[in-house]
Amino acid sequence: MFGKLSLDSIPYHEPIIMVTAAVIGIVGALVVGLVTYYRKWGYLWREWITSIDHKKLGIMYFLVALVMMVRGFADAIMMRTQQAIAAGGAEGYLPPHHYDQIFTAHGVIMIFFVAMPMVIGLMNLVVPLQIGARDVAFPFMNNLSFWLTAAGVVLVNISLVVGEFAKTGWLAYAPLSELQYSPDVGVDYWIWALQISGIGTTLTGINFFVTIMKMRTKGMTLFRMPIFTWTALCANVLIILAFPVLTVTIALLTLDRYLGMNFFTNDMGGSQMMYVNLIWIWGHPEVYILILPAFGVFSEVIATFTKKRLFGYKTMVWATAAITVLSFIVWLHHFFTMGAGANVNAFFGIMTMIIAVPTGVKIFNWLFTMYRGRIQFTSPVLWTIGFIITFTLGGMTGVMLAVPGANFVLHNSLFVIAHFHNVIIGGVVFGMLAGLTYWFPKAFGFTLNEKWGKRSFWCWLVGFYLAFMPLYALSFFGAMRRMQSYEQAEWQPLMIVAWVGAVIIALGIACLVIQLVVSVRDREKNRDLTGDPWDARTLEWATSSPPPKYNFAFLPAVDSIDSFWEMKQQPGGFKRELATKFEDIHMPKNTTEGPIIGVISIVFGFALIWHIWWLVGVSAIGIFATYMFRIFNDDIDYHVHADEVERTEREYHKRLEMQA
Amino acid sequence: MRKRNSLKYLSVMTWLTAPLLLSGCGSALMDPTGDIGQGLKSLIITAFGLMLIVVIPVIVMTILFAWKYRGTNLAAKYTPNWEHSNVIEVFVWAIPAVIIFFLAILTWQTSHSYDPHKPIASDEETLTIDAISLDWKWLFIYPEQGVATVNEIALPVDTPVHFRVTSGTVMNSFMIPTLGSQIYAMAGMNNDVYLEANEIGTFTGRATHYSGEGFSKMLFDTHVTSQEDFDAWIDQVGQSSETMMFPEDYNELAEESIDNPVEYFSQVSPDLYENLIRSFKSGQDSHGSVNHGEHNESQEQSTPMSAQAAE
Repeated sequence: MFGKLSLDSIPYHEPIIMVTAAVIGIVGALVVGLVTYYRKWGYLWREWITSIDHKKLGIMYFLVALVMMVRGFADAIMMRTQQAIAAGGAEGYLPPHHYDQIFTAHGVIMIFFVAMPMVIGLMNLVVPLQIGARDVAFPFMNNLSFWLTAAGVVLVNISLVVGEFAKTGWLAYAPLSELQYSPDVGVDYWIWALQISGIGTTLTGINFFVTIMKMRTKGMTLFRMPIFTWTALCANVLIILAFPVLTVTIALLTLDRYLGMNFFTNDMGGSQMMYVNLIWIWGHPEVYILILPAFGVFSEVIATFTKKRLFGYKTMVWATAAITVLSFIVWLHHFFTMGAGANVNAFFGIMTMIIAVPTGVKIFNWLFTMYRGRIQFTSPVLWTIGFIITFTLGGMTGVMLAVPGANFVLHNSLFVIAHFHNVIIGGVVFGMLAGLTYWFPKAFGFTLNEKWGKRSFWCWLVGFYLAFMPLYALSFFGAMRRMQSYEQAEWQPLMIVAWVGAVIIALGIACLVIQLVVSVRDREKNRDLTGDPWDARTLEWATSSPPPKYNFAFLPAVDSIDSFWEMKQQPGGFKRELATKFEDIHMPKNTTEGPIIGVISIVFGFALIWHIWWLVGVSAIGIFATYMFRIFNDDIDYHVHADEVERTEREYHKRLEMQA
Repeated sequence: MRKRNSLKYLSVMTWLTAPLLLSGCGSALMDPTGDIGQGLKSLIITAFGLMLIVVIPVIVMTILFAWKYRGTNLAAKYTPNWEHSNVIEVFVWAIPAVIIFFLAILTWQTSHSYDPHKPIASDEETLTIDAISLDWKWLFIYPEQGVATVNEIALPVDTPVHFRVTSGTVMNSFMIPTLGSQIYAMAGMNNDVYLEANEIGTFTGRATHYSGEGFSKMLFDTHVTSQEDFDAWIDQVGQSSETMMFPEDYNELAEESIDNPVEYFSQVSPDLYENLIRSFKSGQDSHGSVNHGEHNESQEQSTPMSAQAAE
């Protein structure tokens, strides 16, 4: 009846897990209670859960990412604490069984459920506005993508309390992830959480690719698109090309584990090398899916706050395109030590280094945008400057790892850990937090508190260097990644420094939370009615904040790169005038099928993980039926009547006038 | 004032990082005890130095530009519409390209000269040691001496050693950090790495690729000795009453154990290493059962990697 699931699957004997679960339970109950008390279920359902509005989906993605960042960071600080203690034969407080799950969960959560939702959330919020569109190409699919991602998030979190998570490392290398060596449900949680959310990501890729290609407003040629949209386009091309590889790789591993096949097993002709190749053919483009949009954010931020055109727009675009292509021919640099011959290693090493050229060009372009500018040191600019310096160092260690000879001694060591945190924290996290501060007023109509934003930046920056520079140093002493304990007592001081760094990053996260709370409290004081608080350059700032559900009452026409900036430079400037005649606007309707499929996907995944076959059947039928219902439903769109558009616009103008 | 402080902190952070990177001096990688490790050390330092040519100017320019063009400095030149310069564009593409060009040459050469599969030229005869990763210990076989050990090896100084590396379980990686390169251990496949120790002493070797519960304690001592001490050590191992017969003794050893003590085996079944690799090709679940009718496959097995075969 319940497959492998029994009451023994709940780890009662692990106090850390039980306390965590209790806290999650209490917070969850509190949220549910508050929503019920204030009778907000209807509001939540109508305005958020079933919404196809790209702006709201963007906000929900980011919210999920921030919550999961806390979870992922909790894992991080547990690991740092363990390594700060478990020196010279000491065992620390986490046995391997628990420690191995934590580093696996940390990697999976930070990449798939923090970085990815942040990037996709920002794309959702910004891209349609930047190209002057009213929504994405496939609004229902957009909602479905979000709920599939959320389903993956829920499955990962269920694994905390019911059963266990994988103990394989975040990429679940075969044959360790095969049934023979990992008979527990951990790898199955990994499989289904990634498979379900990965399908959501693939759909997002298709959705935004089509949106950018087909829905740009009049006059916006490809070479007039804002750089963030360009980087989003390239990231989505990468998603479309790379994520199916992940889906297939996980599917083959699933066949091994569920149907006794032998794609990646040790014997019966299985090939573990094939698994490693396949997972990195997805895995390397994946890091560019994350970093390219961050590059886009920095480009927007630096041009806006230096009050200057971006230096070398065309170069920036071509550099982005070059990185997109090159990212597919470097994957082998993740395993030079597998034993391929010198020619193969040299080829992939050199290809990897070549990526440093367009990336270096980008860095110089940001620098020359600052050159002869008027830099306002807002917190997004601090994140950007912190990024340029940190990322340059991370890029350098990346090139060192790309030299096969050097890689033979640095591979698998803490050097690798320090390197990719150097580029992911210094690049992706800094970029996403800069983007959060930069576009928050567009999403909510008020700016974030700068004081707490800057505090957060300094904590993150100092914390990062303290946490990861010691790891570079330790790697030279032979310290490896994923060590639950180590014999060398002399490594302990640097491990403690790294722990202090993690604590400072924790303060950075706390500042971020305080920043959000304080900003919401002071929202009236920080209200921005103009829709353009930064005196910015691109189209998203031409509409009100938050934009009406149709984004633009009239789709803007564009004839240059920084089109909104040019409009403002016209004689007489840009005026938010009220039109005299309005038109009906064609919009998609909300969907109930997206969240329903999302919820049934959780059941489907859970049933597969625990081998509850009848429930697998029922939920599969449920997903199929809901999907069919959606396909045969023709009532999916409506027109916002001209009267309603006029009313909305009039209200906005009344508020504008009152402020003036 | 706040801005000024911000910039000061930034520059302090920058200078803090450089010495930390170099603080590896006196460590396993920066104080190697073998020629390969020595070569890789200078490779790392050369690559690092080459990149500093561009990294340091970038960091300096970042701080300089941020300071000079701060919004309050109205004396600084301001060109809001300046967006292109052919001269700068040429430089920003050319400088990284030139550095990467030299790095690429270095990479091509060192990928070949430090190819782990390449034998080391020496007057001394090369010693062969088979390393087999198990859950969670290393089984070492001295095929020429006919002895085997667990979690301990000895090698004569200044003598090239040919490590043949495979796994009886999940993927792992074999490394003695002070000597140099590591190489993956994979079941059913023969991988190899040539190393040479030039200093007498005891150095830690380890598994570097996460392999499950006992991974952190998968360490072994590497005794680099004189030829006489090495012969004495081999004799000592040869006096053990334990044997390593395949598949019986091997299967017993292959059972999971963490922090396994050092063990010596005075006798090893001939071709244990080859037979273990072959056992994964037999198409049977049990590793111990060997199909002896497949000797014609041995040629294929000696080719370590599909990637290399493709060359």
